Amino acid sequence: MSSRSSGGVSRLSPYLQVAPLALIMLAMVGIPIGTVILLSFWESDGIAVFPTFTWQNYAEVLTSPLTLTLFLNTLKYALITLAATILIGFTCSYFLVFHVRNLKWQIGLFLLCTIPFWTSNVIRMVSWIPFLGREGLFNQLLIGAGVIDQPLDVLLYSDFAVVLTYIHLFTLFMIVPIFNSMSKINPSLIEAARDAGASPWQILTGVIIPLSKTGIALGAIFVVTLVMGDFFVVRVMSGGQSASVVSAMKNNIDQLFYPVASAMAVLLVVVVLMMVAAILRVVDIRSELAR
Amino acid sequence: MTQSGTQSGKKTPADGLTRRRFLQTSAATAGAAAGAGVLGAPMIWAQELKDVTLNWAGPSYSVIADIAEKASADLGFNIVPQTVESTALMAKVVNQPETIDIADLEFWAMQKVWRSGQVQPVDVAKIANWGMMTPLMREGKNFDGSDLSRQGTMPAEVMYIAAAGDTEFAASPTELATIMPTIYNADTVGIRSDLIGRPIESWAELFNPEFKGKTALVNIPQIGIMDAAMALEAMGEVTYGDKGNMTTEEIDLTINRLIELKKAGQFRAFWSTFDESVNLMAGGEVVIQSMWSPAVTAVKSRGIQCTYQGLKEGYRGWGLGMGLMGHLDGIKRDAGYAFLNWYLTGWQGAFIARQGYYSSVPDTAKANLSANELGYWYEGKAATEDILDPYGAVMDKAGAMRDGGSFEARMGNVGCWNTVMDEERYMVQRWNEFVSA
Repeated sequence: MSSRSSGGVSRLSPYLQVAPLALIMLAMVGIPIGTVILLSFWESDGIAVFPTFTWQNYAEVLTSPLTLTLFLNTLKYALITLAATILIGFTCSYFLVFHVRNLKWQIGLFLLCTIPFWTSNVIRMVSWIPFLGREGLFNQLLIGAGVIDQPLDVLLYSDFAVVLTYIHLFTLFMIVPIFNSMSKINPSLIEAARDAGASPWQILTGVIIPLSKTGIALGAIFVVTLVMGDFFVVRVMSGGQSASVVSAMKNNIDQLFYPVASAMAVLLVVVVLMMVAAILRVVDIRSELAR
Repeated sequence: MTQSGTQSGKKTPADGLTRRRFLQTSAATAGAAAGAGVLGAPMIWAQELKDVTLNWAGPSYSVIADIAEKASADLGFNIVPQTVESTALMAKVVNQPETIDIADLEFWAMQKVWRSGQVQPVDVAKIANWGMMTPLMREGKNFDGSDLSRQGTMPAEVMYIAAAGDTEFAASPTELATIMPTIYNADTVGIRSDLIGRPIESWAELFNPEFKGKTALVNIPQIGIMDAAMALEAMGEVTYGDKGNMTTEEIDLTINRLIELKKAGQFRAFWSTFDESVNLMAGGEVVIQSMWSPAVTAVKSRGIQCTYQGLKEGYRGWGLGMGLMGHLDGIKRDAGYAFLNWYLTGWQGAFIARQGYYSSVPDTAKANLSANELGYWYEGKAATEDILDPYGAVMDKAGAMRDGGSFEARMGNVGCWNTVMDEERYMVQRWNEFVSA
């Protein structure tokens, strides 16, 4: 870029262009995270926080077997949700892009996918409770149909309910980027593959999936970060029976143990950053987006 | 507005114009109204009581808009209610004290909050009805004059200080109170009597395998672990030195046992909010669980048979008091004292009685209840006509009696009090382990 610029003004211009976002990010993300990091090294007596340096919060978090359990549990939710949303997101987008030829229909059906998002997350989540409960609609349906004679307890207040809700809440975050990268695929590429004698399966694995990778990676980043950072869905849908990293953090915050919660938060940020880095390593999103 | 509506309905070219003119007109009207408000405002009095605004913060079961409204009307100055749950309120009191004037604090919270120095003591001499206050709160004495259970945070233990500025509590009553006691109750388990179909008499039933998958605990560590301790003790498995202040060994023992029970499938859920506990009970997910009194009322008013079952090992007591924030002085402090005094005159006591709580000055509350309400809420008598909740909904039918009986029978049988343990940090960590097990 500098080769193109001649005067001082244009050398400054890229900086000016990023300045508004940079300032917002610094104020809204940088300062809070800085505060959390600072707090995680301070001491607390359960009500007040003392600015004295200590490693104790990290020692407590890192040596407790609980931390590992919490992270494994949260990762389990993230991976199951990721697999399910990729499957659903990919098939939905595939249908929209390659089966619906009419642009109007394509847009119409795509908007249909977003209808659930017109209501709030909380309502969409809570509406599962009367449906899945012991005396809920689904159990009554199954009992009425004679499939079971005792209501299924596993439907609600279980890991099943948590994952189901995640999938319901977060699938759109997968559909949108995959749809976007799929619709950029040049149809003549697929025709060329077909002319060259590729089977439909080969077209899918050799052409469509590699070219949708960016979308999948972007969607995966959304889904993974959303699940890793959640506590409300876990708490409500597991009936408080399961914990995630953030729900344990919330228990600490409620009891005013802010520094321990901060140490946990820093650890979570590190883990999530590593996961995002791993995703970015597999797919070079920047070069793909520039395509 | 009607006129502009009918005109725009005609889809004439003047449509947009009409709407614009309508907007202009209404803006002008609003402006005029605002102007009139300013111009019509009375001259500004210097420091008059009626210009004072008090921010009154506390949990939803104590800071109720209807009470603030009535108090504002009676006292002539403005009381603004602010709902903040107890844990968040503690943080607010310590970190943002200037955002609150009067704080409704749980007694157990005093152990954490008082030493921050952000709350000023209440001068007992300035509270007219202090002498009429029940000895339960004022002196920590039971109805028969014996000492109340000191397991956990018994209110009188944290209610007095010897001199202004003290961070330690005084052992016996003094002229300076940390907070002024307001409401309190005896908590126990809620049961679906229709689904259980037999008498429930002991905390041990909470962990009875008969109710496997149909019990719940509250997911507030310091309260949940106490309910569990009541049950384990009733089962004869453990005898605690002080359930309200467990040693690390006792915490380990309790949590390990809870984890075993959880893995065996004893629990259906751990609830965190009032409505969760109501829905668990009303939906038949749970037949026996830790519960608050108004939650039982809420289940009942849906026409579902739910009992707040008194148990032979006793109740878990709790109480709230009003604190004057440290920054109050001059006329604002006078207003604060006026509000505190109003609080004990009975209207609030009667209001709160209808959701099952007791007033620290029962006599004035009783005077504001009808004979039927008094019999039902305080005296353990059968209702002579329908019992209404504070908002006028029927919550119990004529002939029904309050679960657990009279004021004396319930409050006289408190086995332990809501509290904060010395080993709290360790306890919360182990509780997290239990929840994620």
